[in-house]
Amino acid sequence: MTGQKQAWTDHKVEVFIGNLLRAGVIGAALLVVLGGIIYLLHQGLSLPDFKTFKGEPQELRHVGAIIKHAFSLHGRGLIQLGLLVLIATPIARVALSIFAFSRQRDRLYVIVTCIVLAVLCYSLFGGR
Amino acid sequence: MNILIFTILIWAASLIAGFLGALTGLGGGVVIVPLLTLVFGVDIRYAIGASLISVIATSSGAASAYVKEGFSNIRIGMFLEVATTLGALLGAFIATKLSTSVIAIIFGLILIHSSYLTIKRISESQLAIKPDPLATRLKFDGAYPVAGGSESYHVQGVPQGFSIMFLAGSISGLLGIGSGAVKVLAMDQAMRIPFKVSTATSNFMIGVTAAAGAGIYLNRGYIDPVLAMPVILGVLLGSLLGARHLFEAETKNLRLIFSAIILLLAIEMIYSGIKGYH
Repeated sequence: MTGQKQAWTDHKVEVFIGNLLRAGVIGAALLVVLGGIIYLLHQGLSLPDFKTFKGEPQELRHVGAIIKHAFSLHGRGLIQLGLLVLIATPIARVALSIFAFSRQRDRLYVIVTCIVLAVLCYSLFGGR
Repeated sequence: MNILIFTILIWAASLIAGFLGALTGLGGGVVIVPLLTLVFGVDIRYAIGASLISVIATSSGAASAYVKEGFSNIRIGMFLEVATTLGALLGAFIATKLSTSVIAIIFGLILIHSSYLTIKRISESQLAIKPDPLATRLKFDGAYPVAGGSESYHVQGVPQGFSIMFLAGSISGLLGIGSGAVKVLAMDQAMRIPFKVSTATSNFMIGVTAAAGAGIYLNRGYIDPVLAMPVILGVLLGSLLGARHLFEAETKNLRLIFSAIILLLAIEMIYSGIKGYH
């Protein structure tokens, strides 16, 4: 009986996470569309330049700078914020799993999940 | 060609790639990089950055559908993600050290492999009967819903599966693809996980693995918003449409056509890599 109840709660947490991911993707897509429209209205007639790699400017590279830049409502900044939200969706999924495992008092998997989250955070905030 | 037309063309091409990727189960990511580099002349580093983001979009977008079915095993997924995320960090790091020609050649070789896997459907391996001590300790064994109840399974070969996953993560980080095929291979062949469970769990892992690579690429300035915009919007819409038509389409011929396209792109990719190599 308890096993069944636990399985049901597990499933409920997973369904919640699934819906959260979908909301994240929809939110990200809306930001990208909005930023894209603003960008194309301003720059749509200029020439694309992706043949040679120059790298993005600093304000489009790092989490804090991207968020700050997006609030100035520049097209590129808004799109980049949308992409950041997209990158954050699987990270949020991992973070929520820590909560789900700790509710089940599963220490081993709380640790495993923390390792994964640490790698993801290192990549996003520390990897240069 | 101005940016407006460029954006619309890339959006349309990404839509088709996402649609075919979802129908054939290969994912759209695998053709995005060759498409952008060979057809649109984009530098492979920008192409990889945009492709990785599109991989995250399709994985997260499909997650709620997979969750509802109840096939995915979150413990197996999370444990193997230790391997795939570390692999993705390594892959993304190696990507910055290699010349773009070498990356193009490696990409071509992986494409040939993908093309081969598309034709030759992996036969489902025999499920294990006896529990494995390591898998038991990691609480991997589970059950999945079948008609009129549930079917339980025992997981095998944890060290092999973990190693293959590290490789899958490295490929994902190096080339900006989901490498879902390698992930399913590890879970299906090495760990003897039922096909439906490995497919659903793999979808979950692909997004997390791609996010590990994407963070590095973002910080290095490989992710261009203007290029990524039409790619993710196209792939996302295409894969949603593809998933909806999954059960109506005659997939056998489609798989053949898609694998032929991939093979052609692979040869182009290797040729361009060799030509550009100094």
